[in-house]
Amino acid sequence: MAGLKRKDILGLKDLSVDELDLILNTADTLKDIATRPIKKVPTLRGKSLVTLFYENSTRTAKSFELAGKYLSADVINVSVSSSSVQKGETLKDTARNLEAMGVDAVVMRHSMGGAPQILSRYLKASVINAGDGMHEHPSQGLLDMLTIRQKKGSFKGLKVAIIGDSYHSRVARSNIYGLTKYGAEVWLAGPATMLPQGYEEYGVKVTTKVDEALEGADVVNVLRLQLERQERGLFPSIAEYHRLWGVNERRLKLAKPDALLMHPGPMNRGVELSTAIADGNQSVILEQVTNGVAVRMALLYLLLGGGESA
Amino acid sequence: MIEPKALLMDAAQMNRALSRIAHEIIERNKGIESVALVGIRRRGVPLAQRLAERLQEFEGRTVPVGILDITLYRDDLTELSSVPLIHKSEVNFKLPGTVVVLVDDVLYTGRTVRAALDALLDIGRPSVIQLAVLIDRGHRELPIRADYVGKNVPTSKREVVEVHLTEVDGDEFVALYDLP
Repeated sequence: MAGLKRKDILGLKDLSVDELDLILNTADTLKDIATRPIKKVPTLRGKSLVTLFYENSTRTAKSFELAGKYLSADVINVSVSSSSVQKGETLKDTARNLEAMGVDAVVMRHSMGGAPQILSRYLKASVINAGDGMHEHPSQGLLDMLTIRQKKGSFKGLKVAIIGDSYHSRVARSNIYGLTKYGAEVWLAGPATMLPQGYEEYGVKVTTKVDEALEGADVVNVLRLQLERQERGLFPSIAEYHRLWGVNERRLKLAKPDALLMHPGPMNRGVELSTAIADGNQSVILEQVTNGVAVRMALLYLLLGGGESA
Repeated sequence: MIEPKALLMDAAQMNRALSRIAHEIIERNKGIESVALVGIRRRGVPLAQRLAERLQEFEGRTVPVGILDITLYRDDLTELSSVPLIHKSEVNFKLPGTVVVLVDDVLYTGRTVRAALDALLDIGRPSVIQLAVLIDRGHRELPIRADYVGKNVPTSKREVVEVHLTEVDGDEFVALYDLP
């Protein structure tokens, strides 16, 4: 017997290496289903899943929806623009109403860090965090890890350079928590205004010099530049950001010849990375998307697959 | 380890039963031109491989061997407190036009075979599906029967049949135990 002995997936910070191994191994196996002619198994027949998104998302919401459908769960999508939240309903009331309809799992994205934790306290159903504020985005962290593990075999001793706005990035946080548990060396590089503090205890190295982070890297994970932040004066201009911190062919050559180029999407081509490398042979960006469905199938299977006492 | 109530088969008997099943497969299908074997995890897999070796020996022709993991198709997942580990299915040959012989160690309620039929049909559409088992112990809960049986064993529902295979368990026998 396997299974996760927990109700919710809120972040990678509190998952053990054993739990991470189980999720990644299960995802590796389930990946086959998404690539065969009949992309459906009856495993979660009769279970229902709600994606509750208080922030816009295409990739993550649709990826969870497909993952649920491939496992035969019923999936409904609620986005804030069409929900009662617009009419003033509180998070707690939204939760209670979903419970009253009998849902088995809620996949939630919210602009406030900690919102899924609050929701999970009110619900008997499982809660999966699909990104909360500047906190965590566990399924993205897991799909990044699955992609790295498939290509590199393991994480131990790998140099992983995360380039861009890691201060505001939940993707960066989930990557840091997950990868450092396996002994990877994580570097953060970007403008000084966009670098977080307090990750030294995880062995994370922080620099404003992109070249230093890229030197000899095994994995280059380029974060999306959230263009809306430009107005707050965190960086001078988009052109200057690209010149100083953007990853291009010349910079990527600083990394190992077989280094992986990753990006969580959606890409700003010509800003945080150049088109040539985004479409180049080191890019695994679309494989990340494929692995995203597999990882989400694994989470749903492990949380919803068993009976009552799971 | 508890002592078995009865030894049902020893290594030599298992060996002879598999040889007989291999001959029956050849006879029933008038050769093995379109035959493929698919073992149900876990002990069906080494049994399928052994049958493939016999078919090679008797007919001088290699038959494809696949592996089926039925976990995702089980009908009792909601009865379990924790989900089972899942493994890959590996059926790397075309199913249309193929006679697939499903192979498992013990046929009991028939629920595993039901799950295996669904799992196989989601991969493709074989022209025929047959079933080979080493032991048929009765107590069917579904309308399923085997085409090839190593040994029929009358049992009570309070008993357990254990098949030990060298590849999995390190030793080789079939025995009957009382449920603890």
